[in-house]
Amino acid sequence: MFGYYMDLALRSLKRHKVLTTLMVLSLALGIGACITTTTVLRLLSGDPLPQKSSQLFYAQVDPNAKEGYIAGQTEPPSTMTYVDAMFLLHAHRAKRQAAVALTSGKIAPQRANERPFYSDGVQTTADFFGLFGAPFEYGSGWTAADDEGGSQVIVIASFLNQKLFGGANSVGKTIRMNDHDFRIVGVLKPWSPQPRFYALDLGGHDYGGDGDAMFLPLKTAMDLKMGPQDIECYDSVTDVNNLAAAPCMWLGVWVELPDQAAVADYRTFLANYARQQVAQGRFSRDETALLDLMGWLRDQQVVPDDVRLQAGLAYGFLLICVLNTVGLLLAKCLRRSREIGVRRALGATRGAIFGQFMVEAGIVGLVGGLLGLGFAELGLFGIRHQPAEYASLAHLDLSMFVFTFVVALVASLIAGLLPAWRACAVAPAPQLKAS
Amino acid sequence: MQTKLILAALRKHRLATLLIAMEIALACAVLCNACFMIANRLQLTRVNSGVDEKALAVLTLGGFDQAQPGDLNARVTAGLRAIPGMQSVSVINAVPFNEQGTNGGVTLDQAGKRFGGVVTFYTGGPGSFEALGLKLVAGRAPQTDDFQSMATFVPSDAQVVVSRTLAEHLWPGEDPLGKEFWCGGFHFRVMGVVAHMARPAAGEGGTGTIEWSVFVPTLPGHNLAGTYLLRADPADLPHVLRDAETAIAQIAPDVVLDHEGSRTVSDLRERYFRNDRVMAGMLLGVIAALLGVTALGIVGLASFWVAQRRKQIGIRRAIGATRGDILRYFQAENFLIVTFGIAFGMLLAYLLNAVLMKFYELPHLPLYYLPIGALSLWVLGQLAVLGPALRAAAVSPVVATRSV
Repeated sequence: MFGYYMDLALRSLKRHKVLTTLMVLSLALGIGACITTTTVLRLLSGDPLPQKSSQLFYAQVDPNAKEGYIAGQTEPPSTMTYVDAMFLLHAHRAKRQAAVALTSGKIAPQRANERPFYSDGVQTTADFFGLFGAPFEYGSGWTAADDEGGSQVIVIASFLNQKLFGGANSVGKTIRMNDHDFRIVGVLKPWSPQPRFYALDLGGHDYGGDGDAMFLPLKTAMDLKMGPQDIECYDSVTDVNNLAAAPCMWLGVWVELPDQAAVADYRTFLANYARQQVAQGRFSRDETALLDLMGWLRDQQVVPDDVRLQAGLAYGFLLICVLNTVGLLLAKCLRRSREIGVRRALGATRGAIFGQFMVEAGIVGLVGGLLGLGFAELGLFGIRHQPAEYASLAHLDLSMFVFTFVVALVASLIAGLLPAWRACAVAPAPQLKAS
Repeated sequence: MQTKLILAALRKHRLATLLIAMEIALACAVLCNACFMIANRLQLTRVNSGVDEKALAVLTLGGFDQAQPGDLNARVTAGLRAIPGMQSVSVINAVPFNEQGTNGGVTLDQAGKRFGGVVTFYTGGPGSFEALGLKLVAGRAPQTDDFQSMATFVPSDAQVVVSRTLAEHLWPGEDPLGKEFWCGGFHFRVMGVVAHMARPAAGEGGTGTIEWSVFVPTLPGHNLAGTYLLRADPADLPHVLRDAETAIAQIAPDVVLDHEGSRTVSDLRERYFRNDRVMAGMLLGVIAALLGVTALGIVGLASFWVAQRRKQIGIRRAIGATRGDILRYFQAENFLIVTFGIAFGMLLAYLLNAVLMKFYELPHLPLYYLPIGALSLWVLGQLAVLGPALRAAAVSPVVATRSV
């Protein structure tokens, strides 16, 4: 039966070439726009660490003054002071914990007659690599003792190792950064989570790039006065260079909590710490927050407004295209009232007529989806040439490929419902009489 | 008479009429809002920076200790001034649109109780104020004696120049000259007001604060080094900047030239607003596609109706209707349908605007967008129906005599 409907549908589509082309084209345009924007949206709201994100939490406390504070409504600031971060780290209440700030440094070339260059880096603590599952090509991270002692050790990214040492095992070698010698203890495999979740609100870009080039102990960076990218002070500052004591926030604190019980414990621990600080007069607000990784990304609105707006527009556009298709399908099916009358008179049931028209709509949808895929590739090609920092990441993957056809089929079947219903409601007798 | 006839005919095709009217309504809603958003974006990009953008470039160096720059400033300024075509070289911390600079919250009293907002501090060395080309509207420009050495990020007690927008924000309706403000322990007194002075980035506090800038005359040295303002004739500027970049390797081999941060101010402006322009372009594309699809829908349905009514058209022609009558009939029919759509679409446009305002930083849709949207849809409808209507008008009266 299905084969017969296919045959009928193809014949009818061929007979009205202009109308068919119009339907397919308008559906394809709508689908193309939707798939393009959905791909970008999915890319930007994706999970940077799918295996681990549910166990990673971002801790926040609030050292700001009482002014402007509304209990339960004022969110704590996104970064922490050195004092608070160190307390949380040294308490060891989570499985792993790390404090993170961004920095950059001048790296001296290994060969003569090359110019020094700047690289982005992360100043952090020993647990960073285990916490975020950063994979090592050679060597390993540094130890807690290196953190305490402020050792001049460094972990470099794969691309920096390629640039400086041609990709060879460089563990144990020395590089000169900001006119100080650092011993390489580890080389990472290519590692660049998208978005760069650990650096949101610490300054720098969120998407794109090869990731950070170097990782060094926090205390070492502070000893060498390598300032972080972003500092926010909540009180008047006497010496901004003395970051260990200044009333300034510049560190992000991440903890790994393997289960619900651990999360609840850590929440209590954090709340107790804030209350204790209020009691001591160091804090005036006892607000705390402990968001998981995906919650933190949502909280930071890492997906740009423009991208969400574009996706909304695209779906609005698809709606108009579907309406358009409904109108054209309706026109077509009403024109075939006579044919329907004959088929009904010869014994076709209402269901058979309905099925026939739905198959026709489905074919329009599939062809529209195929063409829409082309439009989407074109759209993504356009996105890749935009100045946005996520531009290079915009590619169609398998799931979006499947999604395209699902959208196309659903849209066309919805569009086909009304015309098919009208078609099967045609009464056979008057049609036969008229001819 | 004609209208009554059309309405009677349309009543027979309620569903199709409704569909087209709905499509027009949706198109009207999206069209009005998209146009409004484009206008908003383009408005943003027209910010007056207040400086002679075409004659200015910035050169950024890194890889030295900001706290102890030594004689770097002297070496660089002397070296760059020797470049042919260079009109002036001065030390400054930031320029409009280069997304650097220092922001600070200011208060109108020493105790820090009356908060004035977060402003940008431009700290500029001798010659930078003149090089920027800022237009004074009141008070005086910085003199040699006004330049003081840096405390941490600004001098501790300084005479400053503010933008007119900032002056009106801090002291509405008052004469800003001689007024004081504080930023933590730092004290400032206004000596001059300029017409416009855009900050390096308008990020904080939204787009309304893009001109909240303060120019603080500061002596180059400790914490003010490595960023240089170059001025040259607009025609010479690109090659002067290129020469300056190459000259740095000889002048200061120990530092790193920041290529990204060394641009002409026009380039910086172009880069700063690129996203807004791309978004405006994208919205324009959406509008074009939308109007195209709507026109296709109208053409499709009108063609169908013409084909369906060939016999009726033939009869009307046979009993005396002219070609013009038939043409006008289809045009009037389209006008009626589009009008229904627009009436509903205006309502939708307002609803959509309300939703957008909730999620994005967007003002109310001004009323005059509605008639503009309506007019363009009427024109679109008439253009789309013209083809099918002409085909209808060409139907010969002979058709009436044939039985199907």
